[in-house]
Amino acid sequence: MVDNPIETNSPGSGTRIDPGIVRCLPDQTRPTSRLLEHKLTSDELLHLYQRMVEIRRFDELAMSLQRQGQLGVWASCLGQEAAQIGSAYALADQDWVFPSYRETAVGLMRGITPGDLLHQYRGTWLGGYDPYKHRFAMNSIPIATHALHATGLAMAAKRAGDNLVSVAYIGDGATSEGDAHEAMNFAAVFAAPVVFFVQNNHWAISVPLSAQTASPTLADRAPALGFRGMMVDGNDVAAVHRVMSDALEHARGGHGPVLVEAITYRIESHTTADDHTRYRTAAEVEEWRERDPIARLEHHLDSLGMLTDDIRRSTREAADAKASAARIEILQLSAGDPTELFQHVYHGERPLLQEQREMLRAELRAWEEM
Amino acid sequence: MAELTYRNAVAYGIAQEMRRDPMLVMLGEDIAGAGGVFKTTVGLVEEFGPLRVRDTPISEQAILGAAMGAAMTGIPVIAEIMFSDFLAVCFDILANEMAKSRYMTGGQMTVPVVVRTANGAGSRFGAQHSQSVENWCMMIPGLKVVAPSTPADVVGLMAAAIRDPDPVVFFEHKSLLASKGEVPDGEIIDELGTAKILREGTDCTIAALAYMVPRALEAAEHLAGDGISAEVIDLRSLVPLDTKAILGSVEKTGRLYTVEENPRLCGWGAEIASIVADEGFWNLDGPVVRITTPHIPIPSADVLEDLTIPSTQRIYDTIKTTLN
Repeated sequence: MVDNPIETNSPGSGTRIDPGIVRCLPDQTRPTSRLLEHKLTSDELLHLYQRMVEIRRFDELAMSLQRQGQLGVWASCLGQEAAQIGSAYALADQDWVFPSYRETAVGLMRGITPGDLLHQYRGTWLGGYDPYKHRFAMNSIPIATHALHATGLAMAAKRAGDNLVSVAYIGDGATSEGDAHEAMNFAAVFAAPVVFFVQNNHWAISVPLSAQTASPTLADRAPALGFRGMMVDGNDVAAVHRVMSDALEHARGGHGPVLVEAITYRIESHTTADDHTRYRTAAEVEEWRERDPIARLEHHLDSLGMLTDDIRRSTREAADAKASAARIEILQLSAGDPTELFQHVYHGERPLLQEQREMLRAELRAWEEM
Repeated sequence: MAELTYRNAVAYGIAQEMRRDPMLVMLGEDIAGAGGVFKTTVGLVEEFGPLRVRDTPISEQAILGAAMGAAMTGIPVIAEIMFSDFLAVCFDILANEMAKSRYMTGGQMTVPVVVRTANGAGSRFGAQHSQSVENWCMMIPGLKVVAPSTPADVVGLMAAAIRDPDPVVFFEHKSLLASKGEVPDGEIIDELGTAKILREGTDCTIAALAYMVPRALEAAEHLAGDGISAEVIDLRSLVPLDTKAILGSVEKTGRLYTVEENPRLCGWGAEIASIVADEGFWNLDGPVVRITTPHIPIPSADVLEDLTIPSTQRIYDTIKTTLN
């Protein structure tokens, strides 16, 4: 990672130089050449610290539930809390999020309950949360398709005069998909209010960034398509918030899309079905563990004298309590009526599906009698 | 009552709906200034402006993906995919995204998108621009599939597709674009999932779709000359499928022929044969016969193309030799 300025341009504002990788909080593991001002009050920093601890605790809970056979699979966001929470904190209520499957922290920041978030992973029922209530679309397991939806929604919002920005959360691997390119080009051509928030966590399952692209940065994609690209230290919650706020303001102001590349690291395996020790070194993972986003914020709050032992303890206890409550909620999730299988395929009733529903009902009755 | 070409009926039907619903928008390649490469959208940008009739970059995935994102806000969207063969480029959005959104959100999200596309052979466009791919879409739960054969049906089914809350793939047949027909005055709104019996008969039923409908009618006319009374059903929509009309006709005639432009394997006629075997078996006096394009790509040479898709002659000969 080089701290060089990158040249970007955006429609209507011409070519401009953005700072290289934006950092606001000191990195305790290495000397940092240049720190920019952030936009958060001390209280907000403390609040974000508490959310990060709480959401990491939730992620640990989901990991352990999966290992106990209570969840089908889990994609941990461990190590990416600053990128997700810092960016989500910058959003306005009316903004829309189009997440991938790893955006647990963003979903919780949007107010989705743990139970609603985990229905799908627990296999209890069909999808859980209401995408409209939280303006958090279905999490997209196909890669980068949702970047297109985010763009279309932004185009519609722009036409309707809605003051909203649509945010597509994608990863470094997703930038190789044609969908990502098409979405970015569309958004740029139509000056749609979209932020492509790319968490560069260095690994797409087992494929490293170096095998994903020959481009020196992912943010470079933006100026090539005529819009603004920015880079941020994704393990610095204050910097992510600052950059995301700027990106949202730019998009909201009618200046077209922005690509934010947040440089972070996926500490865990891709999912619980993957074993990262087969393809990357322990030393690499250890290096990034030392650059932990929560430790970094803690360090900063400490240096400001804001983090007493009491606050640390109460934060941990609050996170534990929420995790316990979530565990109970999750384990109590119940299945519904199985014949609901045939609902929601189409609007209204369809004779073919009614017939098949009756067949299932008859099967269920026969099994009960056996 | 006005006579319109099938081509003009497309724009006529879209205009009817765009006047009714100011939220309705359209996305596609060359649909605005050019009026569509098949001239099916002529006049729309002039009347409704470039924000509602929007030319896009050459990005089929983005056309459908953005249409879906826009439709999530509750507005109806028409997306044009220039040739139906190109649905393969963006099938992910169609099959995995649009078709499943309602289901995956437990009914909370609807995707009122109409995907219009030019389908079928007969125009010497070769293997990658001439296919009949309605069966690709028919097999995906969550999609509806419409393929009109007359200008009046284009207008009425277009309105029905646009007003339907589910994603509908609307196949416009390239070889029917120049055909003409009467279109009633005033607002026309048809119903999806309703077949039309275009010719009554007692000896056999011919079920056809789109470009195969006029050929089936011609064949029936020739058969009448031989004393064979064929009933011709225009299916018009594959999903929903009017099984009542098909089964009712077979009950009357005892024989069923399907005329399909798609290649042999897994064509829509196979599904209909299966339905009739299940539910109309005892009404059949002989096997169901499928008349299809062979299981080959569509050739570009005119002589060869004419030999592949079912011709009036082939329909006539097949029925004549297999009926008794």
